[in-house]
Amino acid sequence: MKKRKDNRRLDEMRKIEAKVGVIKRANGSAMFRIGDTIAVVAVYGPRSLHPKYLQDPERGILRVYYNMMAFSGSGERIRPGPSRRSREVSMVIEKALTSVLDLKEFPGGVVDVFIEIIQSDSGTRCAGICAASLAIADAGFKMKDLISAVALGRIDNDIYVDVTKDEEDIEGMADVPVAYLPSSGKIVLLQCDGFLKKEQLKEILKIGKKVCLEIYKVQQKALKEGYKK
Amino acid sequence: MADLIVKDKEVVVPGQVLAKGMEYLPANGTYREGNEIKALQIGMVTLSGRLIKLIPLKGVYIPKVNDVVIGRIIDVGVNNWLVDIGFSNLAGLSLRDATSQYIVRGADLSNYYKFDDYIIAKVTKVTKDKLIDLTTKGRGLRKLDEGIIIKVTPVKVPRIIGKGGSMISMIKEKTNCKIMVGQNGVIWLCGQEPEKEKLAIDAIYFIEKNAHVEGLTDMVKDFLEGKKGEKK
Repeated sequence: MKKRKDNRRLDEMRKIEAKVGVIKRANGSAMFRIGDTIAVVAVYGPRSLHPKYLQDPERGILRVYYNMMAFSGSGERIRPGPSRRSREVSMVIEKALTSVLDLKEFPGGVVDVFIEIIQSDSGTRCAGICAASLAIADAGFKMKDLISAVALGRIDNDIYVDVTKDEEDIEGMADVPVAYLPSSGKIVLLQCDGFLKKEQLKEILKIGKKVCLEIYKVQQKALKEGYKK
Repeated sequence: MADLIVKDKEVVVPGQVLAKGMEYLPANGTYREGNEIKALQIGMVTLSGRLIKLIPLKGVYIPKVNDVVIGRIIDVGVNNWLVDIGFSNLAGLSLRDATSQYIVRGADLSNYYKFDDYIIAKVTKVTKDKLIDLTTKGRGLRKLDEGIIIKVTPVKVPRIIGKGGSMISMIKEKTNCKIMVGQNGVIWLCGQEPEKEKLAIDAIYFIEKNAHVEGLTDMVKDFLEGKKGEKK
């Protein structure tokens, strides 16, 4: 059996931890931790959207802000404020969340989701999306499903589950974040950075689905825990 | 074959499968996808016959006609006010619906309700696009001059009011406070003594926290009396 640097099996995740209601003043909030990656999410709204030309008269819109905090990286200080990368990640997470969320009740309104990465060791967008779906559910919005996500990778000819920063930096590796709706098995986010063979992608999706179901159990438990009597 | 997967009064999360097969019907807070009934939000399962319903544990206020709400004036216009009632759209209060007094044309409306005033109002109209009209004409509808405003989750409001207003009248009686509960989760209190006012606020938060416990009325009664005992 091949072992990784941190003694995990190839198809083994790092330790996961999830919690809801971490921010008192927000309508909904959640924390999701996978290994050394920690995402904290706050949801506010529905509130009125300005400037007015951004409003949709038929449904409320969702706005996602993904941000890596200045001290969150493992190396140098990250320049604060929006960047090309954070705008891209915000957009893909927004699209994924929009697919489950029903905002028809709030025409002209907006729901704001703030994703803050307070510590990062790869897989931040997946941690962000897991936390965001928990926070939105915690706020009491109507949504079809939670979302579970995990980052997979191909190094040489092996498929690695939940890659770390060290593994991500290996020359010639492919990095594939994938997000599922656990109850229906639909994919809501799939990106690929690197080269893959068709069979490898199929393999990744198969393993990813299995791992996401494990993550879903943790999410479900955390959400129920937050509402225990 | 029809299968019920969850138990009655169980807490479920969005997307969780509640039942399989066509035996059961999806009601409030649930939806059908193919052969399965799934939860649409975080809530507690309630079975009534063949219907599967969710009582939400947390939620967002959605205005309905005839709701009595407490809102804050956030804008004074030429012949209307705009009121924040905790919804994505602002509610409008037009001059005609504001008061039965005669208002001279061109009068300064901030003489009646000014910026940052809290009012208790009734929803008269909700359009398809969720534009909301309010009125302050009617019994008990007015500007709130003194007192304290607190906020709770809108879905817990029915429990705070109780069956036929039983819960809220008990708190009123025991603490000697005037209390108004808006359907939007905004609550106004006004009492003679600060300690009793504090007790009433604590009692309301207590109900919000324990909303789905059985025998809540007795618990709140103990809570109100117990605290009183400590004070003496």
